[in-house]
Amino acid sequence: MTEILKNFKSGWGFLTVAIFLAFWEIIARFNLLPGHLLPPFSVVMVEFYQLTINGVLGKNFLSSLIRVLIGFTAGSTAGIAMGTIMGWNKIANRALNPLISLFYPIPALGWIPLLMLWIGINEMLPITLIFICSFFPVLYNTITGIKNIDGDYIKAAKSLGASDLQLLTTVVIPLALPNIFTGLRLEAGMAWRVIIAAEMIAIPTGIGALLMKAESLIRIDIIIVCLIVLALMSLLFEKFFQYLEIRFTARWRPDAIYSMQKR
Amino acid sequence: MPSIVCRNVKNYACNCTNLQVKDGELLVLLGPNGSGKTTLLNAIAGFTEYRGSIQFDGRPIDHIPPNERGVGYLFQNLALFPHLDVAANIAYSLKIKHWPQDKIRARVSELVNMMNIQHLVSRYPAFLSGGEKQRVALARALALSPRILLLDEPLSSLDAQTAKYLRTEIKQIQRRLGITTIYVTHDLMEAVNIADRLAIILEGRIEQVDDPETLLFYPHNQKVSDFIGAPNILDCDYCKNTGQGVMEVGWRGLKIYVPHDGNVVHKIAILPRHVYVSEDKPRGPGVNSFVARIQDIVPRIDTIRIQLDINGNSLLAEIPSHIFGEMNLEKGKEVYIILRMKRIRVFENGNGSYISK
Repeated sequence: MTEILKNFKSGWGFLTVAIFLAFWEIIARFNLLPGHLLPPFSVVMVEFYQLTINGVLGKNFLSSLIRVLIGFTAGSTAGIAMGTIMGWNKIANRALNPLISLFYPIPALGWIPLLMLWIGINEMLPITLIFICSFFPVLYNTITGIKNIDGDYIKAAKSLGASDLQLLTTVVIPLALPNIFTGLRLEAGMAWRVIIAAEMIAIPTGIGALLMKAESLIRIDIIIVCLIVLALMSLLFEKFFQYLEIRFTARWRPDAIYSMQKR
Repeated sequence: MPSIVCRNVKNYACNCTNLQVKDGELLVLLGPNGSGKTTLLNAIAGFTEYRGSIQFDGRPIDHIPPNERGVGYLFQNLALFPHLDVAANIAYSLKIKHWPQDKIRARVSELVNMMNIQHLVSRYPAFLSGGEKQRVALARALALSPRILLLDEPLSSLDAQTAKYLRTEIKQIQRRLGITTIYVTHDLMEAVNIADRLAIILEGRIEQVDDPETLLFYPHNQKVSDFIGAPNILDCDYCKNTGQGVMEVGWRGLKIYVPHDGNVVHKIAILPRHVYVSEDKPRGPGVNSFVARIQDIVPRIDTIRIQLDINGNSLLAEIPSHIFGEMNLEKGKEVYIILRMKRIRVFENGNGSYISK
């Protein structure tokens, strides 16, 4: 009985999406909205197929993907490294915290004008933006994760003979992982939002640039295709990190297992 | 195994603490909450700053960092690493010391056999019961065969039954390994049950260190006497084994049954809070149940002490204030009392050995 209920619950989400798409198709087909403003879903899908076949979508998607991957990997690695130092070392935290608090509130896109002048319009510009947008949240989550560790775990590890470095690698970082993953998960989606915005404003290639071109040609179907790609990639990245979080931490966290089941 | 000497240890919670723990001894550090027990333990383990000197086997260790002191520490909340399974928790210190894999495996299996937790090796701490966690934590603390074992209220989170078994087990293991141990607790009866010697710590100062019997019978000062709660100590006129682990002892014309199956009993002790007072005649067989007259009622902070007279002998009882409020007790009134058999402590004389059940 619970199995059936669970299947029904997971099927429920797909059902809502299906109903939404059907409504969209009907509204567009029966011209309930002016036809040129909302092409039917099927037409958008045909365009999706065309863009994929002729390579336009693939080429632009790939440039966006590479930028996100490089920027996000570099940004989150730096965030984890610096967060570990700041969470672990009180002096480092006290010294760097004011500076970081000052930079953190600046929205990633706010850096664009400055970066355009400093770096110029090339591949480094979007990568740097992604770096900035992933660095801070991962940094903060890492610091929080490390600071929240119960002092008794640290004492226990020390009494069992662990040096500071061993303590860090065997206890502190593993216990901070749930928080670090939260940061990564939130930022994985955010990176796609930022890259699209950057490409729309400054860069001539990528999904964001394709979006702007479609706008100037009034190709609403292409715009919607780009938005669908964006939505899917954000979701996919978030789910990927959620998977990693569960893979690496769920076996020792009953709360994670519980929330997984609830999902 | 080394002895431990604390000389003039002083910090925010300890006030000029002097303490000597003998080689292979189990010393219980007993005191109320906030008396500085855990702080002293932390000082010995190297987790907190202090002035004065601490020595293991005559060697000062004040400048040795905690990870090199070779001390096994069982924390009150156990601090099992949640991200490691039982086997990995136990093997933690061995991996830290870069033992070879096969030796680690052998040592872990030895420890899980000793603690009877073979079936738990692949579980994570979140999926263990309180008693199971306790065993794992003890196995982990013993993995490197430490010279000194520090136990910080290890049984405080367990139910009475589990605590009883584990207490016996801890004592047995400590004896077998001959490991110098300091055991912190605030529970007098737990302390009396397990200790070779007891150290009473009050307001950061060690007030008395003695074997349990001496401590109960001869408290050095009023503070210690107040803390242990002035136990009723009764000299026995005779004793007679009734079999089945119960002995009848005579105390000034009264027959008291005690859980004991051994040598001649010379003294018995019962804490005032284990003397039950009732206005109505208790039901049941009436073992250790007597009629007494109230001589005096002395209110304390949240308890009431009642001085009782039984056949011209005096006995002290203590009941919580809120229960006293519900009863109708006054000077001169006749009441029924029960000396709870399980709570009576038995002393054999001569060699000063103490027997507990």
